[in-house]
Amino acid sequence: MPEIKVTPLGAGQDVGRSCILVSIAGKNVMLDCGMHMGYNDDRRFPDFSYITQNGRLTDFLDCVIISHFHLDHCGALPYFSEMVGYDGPIYMTHPTKAICPILLEDYRKITVDKKGETNFFTSQMIKDCMKKVVAVHLHQTVQVDDELEIKAYYAGHVLGAAMFQIKVGSESVAYTGDYNMTPDRHLGAAWIDKCRPDLLISESTYATTIRDSKRCRERDFLKKVHETVERGGKVLIPVFALGRAQELCILLETFWERMNLKAPIYFSTGLTEKANHYYKLFITWTNQKIRKTFVQRNMFEFKHIKAFDRAFADNPGPMVVFATPGMLHAGQSLQIFRKWAGNEKNMVIMPGYCVQGTVGHKILSGQRKLEMEGRQILEVKMQVEYMSFSAHADAKGIMQLIRQAEPRNVLLVHGEAKKMEFLKQKIEQEFHVNCYMPANGETTTFFTNPNIPVDISLGLLKRETALGPLPDAKKPKLMHGTLIMKDNSFRLVSPEQALKELGLAEHQLRFTCRVHIQDPRKEHETVLRVYNHLKGILKDYSVQHLPDGSIMVESILIQATAHSEDQGTKVLLVSWTYQDEELGSYLTSLLKKGLPQSTG
Amino acid sequence: MKLYCLSGHPTLPCNVLKFKSTTIMLDCGLDMTSALNFLPLPLVQSPRLSKLPGWVLKDGNTFLDKELKDCSGHVFVDSVPEFCLPETELLDLSTVDVILISNYHCMMALPYITECTGFTGTVYATEPTVQIGRLLMEELVNSIERVPKAQSASLWKNKEVQRLLPAPLKDAVEVSTWRRCYTMPEVNSALSKIQLVGYSQKIPMDQASLKNSDVLILTGLTQIPTANPDGMVGEFCNNLAMTVRSGGNVLVPCYPSGVIYDLLECLYQYIDSAGLSNVPFYFISPVANSSLEFSQIFAEWLCHNKQTKVYLPEPPFPHAELIQTNKLKHYPSIHGDFSNDFKQPCVVFTGHPSLRFGDVVHFMELWGKSSLNTIIFTEPDFSYLDALAPYQPLAMKCVYCPIDTRLNFIQVSKLLKEVQPLHVVCPEQYTQPPPTQSHRTDLMIDCQPPPMSYRRAEVLTLPFKRRYEKIEIMPELADSLVPLEIKPGISLATVSAMLHTKDNKHVLQLPPKPAQPPASKKRKRVSDDLPECKPLKPLLSGAIPVDQFVQALEKHGFSDVKVEDTAKGHIVLLQEAETLIQIEEDSTHIICDNDETLRVKLRDLVLKFLQKF
Repeated sequence: MPEIKVTPLGAGQDVGRSCILVSIAGKNVMLDCGMHMGYNDDRRFPDFSYITQNGRLTDFLDCVIISHFHLDHCGALPYFSEMVGYDGPIYMTHPTKAICPILLEDYRKITVDKKGETNFFTSQMIKDCMKKVVAVHLHQTVQVDDELEIKAYYAGHVLGAAMFQIKVGSESVAYTGDYNMTPDRHLGAAWIDKCRPDLLISESTYATTIRDSKRCRERDFLKKVHETVERGGKVLIPVFALGRAQELCILLETFWERMNLKAPIYFSTGLTEKANHYYKLFITWTNQKIRKTFVQRNMFEFKHIKAFDRAFADNPGPMVVFATPGMLHAGQSLQIFRKWAGNEKNMVIMPGYCVQGTVGHKILSGQRKLEMEGRQILEVKMQVEYMSFSAHADAKGIMQLIRQAEPRNVLLVHGEAKKMEFLKQKIEQEFHVNCYMPANGETTTFFTNPNIPVDISLGLLKRETALGPLPDAKKPKLMHGTLIMKDNSFRLVSPEQALKELGLAEHQLRFTCRVHIQDPRKEHETVLRVYNHLKGILKDYSVQHLPDGSIMVESILIQATAHSEDQGTKVLLVSWTYQDEELGSYLTSLLKKGLPQSTG
Repeated sequence: MKLYCLSGHPTLPCNVLKFKSTTIMLDCGLDMTSALNFLPLPLVQSPRLSKLPGWVLKDGNTFLDKELKDCSGHVFVDSVPEFCLPETELLDLSTVDVILISNYHCMMALPYITECTGFTGTVYATEPTVQIGRLLMEELVNSIERVPKAQSASLWKNKEVQRLLPAPLKDAVEVSTWRRCYTMPEVNSALSKIQLVGYSQKIPMDQASLKNSDVLILTGLTQIPTANPDGMVGEFCNNLAMTVRSGGNVLVPCYPSGVIYDLLECLYQYIDSAGLSNVPFYFISPVANSSLEFSQIFAEWLCHNKQTKVYLPEPPFPHAELIQTNKLKHYPSIHGDFSNDFKQPCVVFTGHPSLRFGDVVHFMELWGKSSLNTIIFTEPDFSYLDALAPYQPLAMKCVYCPIDTRLNFIQVSKLLKEVQPLHVVCPEQYTQPPPTQSHRTDLMIDCQPPPMSYRRAEVLTLPFKRRYEKIEIMPELADSLVPLEIKPGISLATVSAMLHTKDNKHVLQLPPKPAQPPASKKRKRVSDDLPECKPLKPLLSGAIPVDQFVQALEKHGFSDVKVEDTAKGHIVLLQEAETLIQIEEDSTHIICDNDETLRVKLRDLVLKFLQKF
């Protein structure tokens, strides 16, 4: 029986290092190729040796799909393609293709230049890797080969994020990547059509969270920033250069404008301006409102937000700084954090999810004494706030997506096991579909039962739909044909055509039964009695009395002769072909019972 | 499959395809050349135009002199310009299910179709098509509505009257169906019916998927097959530079989107080397700003070079830099800021290319009298001589550099070779050389079999024969099939199944099991035994070898078998049972008494030797 196999190499009951292997109808597809922010050793990349042991990846994998530019979804890509070795196609959307190499280069710089690691991918490898990328449009059906096709859907989350449908014949898998079901200030909501995949692989970062209204969260955020600035404190907002950063910038920009605030807002990396450029050029990927008004006013041109210089961190007085990266695990955000952590007037706002092992995760789970490099202990006195601004679907959103796509099975990844367990039960209860949550390296197998596509000859189809007493074309009808199987092609034709095509002659099988009837009358009177009798019973059939004295029931012929010895007995010859077997057999047994007296 | 051809204009097609109970409109272009028969709509009162004499019939009758004006021997209708709509009588347009729009030039008639015919279907187009199409429509509506004209001429449209008029009015076709421009609410309502489609979204767009199609409908080829677009761009730049250097102004009538991007890109590369860096370029259109902005955000739809620019990230078109450096300025109209900034000599890009409405009319009046100035025509949609007619006599220089990047005939013949369609359908204009170059047999479509041509209001029956349809077999049914290898590599299976049909999709399912009659039946009627639905028996094929058949009979307990030879075969007699079996090469006839058990036994024995189909 055809089956679909799914093995997460990363993101199985975990957030980070997204990488999922899917085998569908003999095709092998790798979904995402991410890194793990919580590790600095081998564990930061998926274990690609699992895929083929020793064989070449290019021979095994038909394609790789990257859902969006976040490093936990694409951070291992140059390692995978250039160091492990993969030369097949890599698919991603245009904005992802534009932004992904910049973040990879950024990541490389932090790892190699700052931390001094060797044996890491180089700038050239990133370039070579990107040459293997094929950019796709939203809703474009990309034919990877004759059988495998993929299609991207809008996912919200970050600029260019997409969900992908992978299809071979009538079997399909949909993969959500990270997605967001509510439109925000700069992105639209994820959308997928009723594609009824055999399997939906969904992220589940916020599997148990039902978030309150967006408006409340925004008001809260602005209030906290405002209060801190008012009392002369500094606000640090660790973000990733693209995504939430733009969302929060738009929010603060409009707030500063409205309240006429003077405290400076800085954005830390040189990426900002570039990042905003991308948003301007890929404005078709943002939400309706921004797209409608961009000619008059481009939302990504900020008046109040300026570029940050390292020296500014020591300036006196209030300020707000957006700094990368978002989980405080390295780079500028961590440097500023160390500078400001000791002052209780200051505040750090974590606007998104933090992976286990990162400084962000530690302070969010209440740790206030941190061991830094060189055994130094950092005491955190500044206020720590968490506000969920990551653009992930919450439990309600995930359920909504399942409702949209109507999958036959659901598989959860990109979340924590405990939370997944809860959501899994909810999904199984509400949709009566099986839900799975494999750990990394654990294979889940789904049996599919696809229909088999066949070419039916139009003549046969038209003949069969026209047959029968009911003119209603929608009513199911019994039909008969011959399936010709030749070189993997399947054609359903009429039996006559099948015989003709194969150069065979029909063999006619005919039966003639003698039925004896007691009737002293003349032959033609007997025939008339038989005719009336049959006409009375076979209401839905064509019963004809022919001029030559015989009777036709559909295509069955009945003739009467006198018995050679007994004048009181008449012999009815009932003759039919094998194709009328049922009716012929029925007629003989009916006539054998004799004629009713009343019809005389 | 039928094709209804509603437009006679080869580059502005409007065809309707009827196929499998679906009605699909392919493009709905609007023929605006009809506007050339009207007087221009000046933004400010033009003494010259208002003093034009009324046209008088040869016999001195003046009843038309309010409607028709004479300008240097040409006669123009003094009324709001009107456009020639696609045919609306050929079929009921409310039955159209879907309209597919291939590009923004071919959607200009959309509001007429969706708003005035009872159309209830869906329109499909890509996002750039919708956005740019909206800009073109906005500009059109704006330039006509802002110059309200009190007068509306209709007398001349009377068939009897039209015959009396001079050419080209006399020969204008379907004048009774000409309509005024639609309104902005109609545009908005029409555009709201559009469903956006992505690149290659089910509707395939790349050339590979056109391969070996049954019918290829070929429209919208270049209108100027003899002009090379690159050469024309060069000529455009030269003429522009010459005029400006000698202190003259250049007027470029154009649409607000399309070729203008190319012209600006060429000028961007050209102006510094030509020493034109101080000459201002003005782009005047109510949608100028939007057009320039929109052109930068659809990089995914541009060529590879422009796509890579966005990855840097840089705007795909260099006019962004021209605007930044103040070399290119854009204004919604000549009123307002423009009048303050206006410096001469300069270059003005503005619409409409027909010179009948839009800001271009103003510049014609302003610059037409000086031979220093030049008008450069780049849009190929209108005859430049006809466009200029109401401005004669004219002193300004006139240069014709039509830039048409649509496919030319060499490219078409290459495409046809690659795609190899079974049949080609095209407008009749493409099946003969252009009337002005009748010796150029290379300027027509040449293919085998010869293309089927259409003209306005014609209905073609397309030579398309489907022999097969897709159907799906449910897995349970597939499992129950018993394939039999008839010849090496060819297997057969007989299929008896329930056919379900919904939305033109067919599925075969296992037939339902015959329902068991309820056990406690009180009274049995004869008709209860009737076979319920006519079960179908397969056809048979093969031959019965008599010897083996007789052996089989004996094995089944018939001891008195006797065989007689006949002319065509054999007769097998079962004497005791008074049964006779005639066996011939392709038929078998069992003649017996009414003994059902015996008959069924014999039947099954015979069937063992035959193949079922």
